[in-house]
Amino acid sequence: MTHIKVNVDGTTYEDDVEPRLLLAHYLRDRLGLTGTPIGCDTSNCGACTVDLDGATVKSCSVLAVQADGSDVTTVQGLARDGEWTALQRAFHERHGLQCGYCTPGMIMAARDLLRENPHPTPGEVRQALEGNLCRCTGYQNIVRAVLAASGETLAQEVAEEVTA
Amino acid sequence: MTDQAVEREVGRSRLRKEDARLITGQTNWTDNIQVAGLLHLAILRSPMAHARIERIDVSPALERPGVVAAFSGADLAEGLGSLPCAWPVTEDIVLPDHPPVAVDEVRYAGDPVAVVVARDRYAAADALEAIEVDYDPLPPVLDLEAALAEDAPLVHADKGTNRCYTWPLATGESFESVRQRAEVIVKRRYHQQRLIPNAMEPRAVVVTPLAASGEYTVYSSTQIPHILRIMLSVVTGVPEHKLRVIAPDVGGGFGSKLQVYGEEALALAVARRIGRPVKWTESRSEGYLATHHGRGMIQDVEVAATREGRLLGLKVDLIADMGAYLMLVTPGIPILGAFMYPAIYKMDAYDFTCTGVFTTRTPTDAYRGAGRPEATFAIERIMDELAVELGLDPVEVRRRNWIRHEEFPYTSVAGLTYDTGNYEAATEKALALFGYDDLRAEQHKRNERGDPVRLGIGVSTYTEMCGLAPSRVLRDLRYAAGGWEAASIRMLPTGKVEVVTGTSPHGQSHVTCWSQIAADVLGVPFEDVEVLHGDTKAAPQGMDTYGSRSLVVGGSAVHRAAEKVVEKARKVAAHLLEASAQDLEFTGGVFSVKGSPEARKSIQEVAFETFSSHDLPDGMEPTINAEHLVDPENFSYPHGTHLCAVEVDTETGRTSIRSYVCVDDVGRVVNPMIVEGQVHGGLAQGIAQALYEEAVYDDEGNLVSGTMADYLVPSAADLPDFVTDRTETPAASNPLGVKGVGEAGTIASTPAVVNAVVDALRPLGVHDVRMPCTPERVWRAVRSATAGEEASP
Repeated sequence: MTHIKVNVDGTTYEDDVEPRLLLAHYLRDRLGLTGTPIGCDTSNCGACTVDLDGATVKSCSVLAVQADGSDVTTVQGLARDGEWTALQRAFHERHGLQCGYCTPGMIMAARDLLRENPHPTPGEVRQALEGNLCRCTGYQNIVRAVLAASGETLAQEVAEEVTA
Repeated sequence: MTDQAVEREVGRSRLRKEDARLITGQTNWTDNIQVAGLLHLAILRSPMAHARIERIDVSPALERPGVVAAFSGADLAEGLGSLPCAWPVTEDIVLPDHPPVAVDEVRYAGDPVAVVVARDRYAAADALEAIEVDYDPLPPVLDLEAALAEDAPLVHADKGTNRCYTWPLATGESFESVRQRAEVIVKRRYHQQRLIPNAMEPRAVVVTPLAASGEYTVYSSTQIPHILRIMLSVVTGVPEHKLRVIAPDVGGGFGSKLQVYGEEALALAVARRIGRPVKWTESRSEGYLATHHGRGMIQDVEVAATREGRLLGLKVDLIADMGAYLMLVTPGIPILGAFMYPAIYKMDAYDFTCTGVFTTRTPTDAYRGAGRPEATFAIERIMDELAVELGLDPVEVRRRNWIRHEEFPYTSVAGLTYDTGNYEAATEKALALFGYDDLRAEQHKRNERGDPVRLGIGVSTYTEMCGLAPSRVLRDLRYAAGGWEAASIRMLPTGKVEVVTGTSPHGQSHVTCWSQIAADVLGVPFEDVEVLHGDTKAAPQGMDTYGSRSLVVGGSAVHRAAEKVVEKARKVAAHLLEASAQDLEFTGGVFSVKGSPEARKSIQEVAFETFSSHDLPDGMEPTINAEHLVDPENFSYPHGTHLCAVEVDTETGRTSIRSYVCVDDVGRVVNPMIVEGQVHGGLAQGIAQALYEEAVYDDEGNLVSGTMADYLVPSAADLPDFVTDRTETPAASNPLGVKGVGEAGTIASTPAVVNAVVDALRPLGVHDVRMPCTPERVWRAVRSATAGEEASP
């Protein structure tokens, strides 16, 4: 067992974990943060995407021990006082989800894109989300949602969120 | 008192009620469920396609840390029956025994052989490695035609044959006679590759036992909680009234969760045996072996026509891959397609035969469209070949044969009565949006100059049968159950409304749409309606969700139940207003007396008065709640025209979709935003079959495309933007006029794309490319054609 200390969505957790425990399972099974789902075992689908110290990772491909001393943000940590982020609103308003299983990962990956590139083209959005699979939407409304959320408001929001 | 403003809901793009939880991570997927003392179940699966189990010893697993129990197939045989097939399509169908855990023989790579239960999922997975199994390999059965040979090795030796069934249908004139008078015959063979459905949420099941009373709650990532409850009772012997099945949030299904899986029965049997709650969650790679596949057919198709291009007849011979066992509706899938091969075309003769064949592969069953995409592909591909044969434009050959709008209702040669439709309108609109003539002109120019990147144009004018299904038709097709759907409406004392539906959504937006339907009939605000589903205790009656049936059948049941509520409420309102029921008007949720508009009662007030029951009409039952079950009188028949333009690089074989236009007629639309989303997703899956996906097996029966890294589910970068539009001819068979939209995009798009690919390459001598049209296949087709050989995909 290895002792780890991780801040997830603003709360600090300390746990003894098996070194092989995946971050995704740590979040889900140990912390009960089931907002981050798991969709595959080859890191292709991206459903489990979270933010680890400002970088986007697939939490099924990171060990919990690698997150020791880190800040993790999941989809459950995005809304502030019940206020959705621009991306969350855009996914809702543009019908960017159906079953919703890929949505947490999509939102986290899109957030990363907009942090890097606040005004992406549709093609850039499609390329940036290549590592996140959706079986319901055909992606068109996901692309619309990300484009709708892009711009200053969001960049500012993400910046605030990261510094918060 | 002012009238309550209630806007008309049906037809509005209401944002979804479902979203708030899903975009904030407050979900309830089955794998999220934690209960005290929960144990994890893991399954050891056969690494071989076909083998005898010579010896199995699970006891070493029990020595591993955290392991609570381990069972072989033989250990579990008592109290765990064969998994059910509810659709024995012929009287003499071969129905093999299907134990949830193999006892003496494994028949596909992935067939379960043993089970471990441990304190966490890692311990359970570890312990599988300790189980000892000696296999004696048997020959795999993989080739559908070779499997039917006299001396073929057998998947089920005790049955003496790999032929599961042969199901014939001959309607109209005899095909032989129209073949005699035909001037043109076109005959082709098409291959429907196996597909893996890939719902984003892997399957999972949790069973919590209440040992003292013998009650069990089964949480499962399923499309069919109601059917599952019945079948689990049959398989495990747990009485139906002691079983509660809950489909919590379900992350997609596409037919793959229209199933009664061994793991569901196993989890129940094991929880019962050890008296502890258990959870099983498949990994994606495990799911590729264990969750049923779709398609998997060889289609021999022949059309007979006149020189003018009028179809005389159609002959279809299918060989369908059942896989190793018959699952819930495995044999019926090609039969659902049987009626759709004649599609939107008039003809005199139709001859269909399907032979189901056992192979040593994962069982097949419903996958988005289920039989109908296969049918549409075959007819729409061969219509293009007929056009080429006749020197006609592919749209023109369709126009010469389709049912004209003034001919509805029209009984197709296969015996289906299409109630409404307008193929001309949808096609005209699609051609205009697509810029068909301009693209043809550009194609001509590029062909003339020998452009290495060819432009191809594909069309598909489809229809489908949805709204499954009239119960009497199901009886005639030997399906074990009916096709009705149930809804009930509860008017709460505070004026809020609960709609209880027997449909079971997993992404389709039923909560939003059913709220819209109920809000309109009852005249209550959309926000005041809640929809209950997916729990056999909360919604005890239902036939669940598949086959584009939920809105057509289940939505109609909601509509009818709401009408019953209004009729009951009218009696109470009349009593309270001291008027006769006939003198009451009901608009915007308010009853008023004709001629004296100040005498009013809202339906919410009536709900409260009924709750208090202080002043009801004499003898009236104190409720205005109502229930309604709909058994559809006919199927519904969405249709549309899809057009696809592809650029095919003849040097690299790469195909890219340049534009995709579809005009669908799904009848009246409850929520245009949601309908568009359904079309988008359907298109993605149909395009994926055309260009990307295939479950590939090696010569020994191993699934080669066995992980998400090897099986190409398209990403955003692999798909284009779609142009979608609609025409609207309301269905005549249901009160909403709706036709269903869940499968349309998938059914229509596959042939549109392949027709486009072949159209691009035809000047080079290519007449077919086998799906998926990968760069390698396209490149090889071009190479063989230009080398003067027959294209061998």
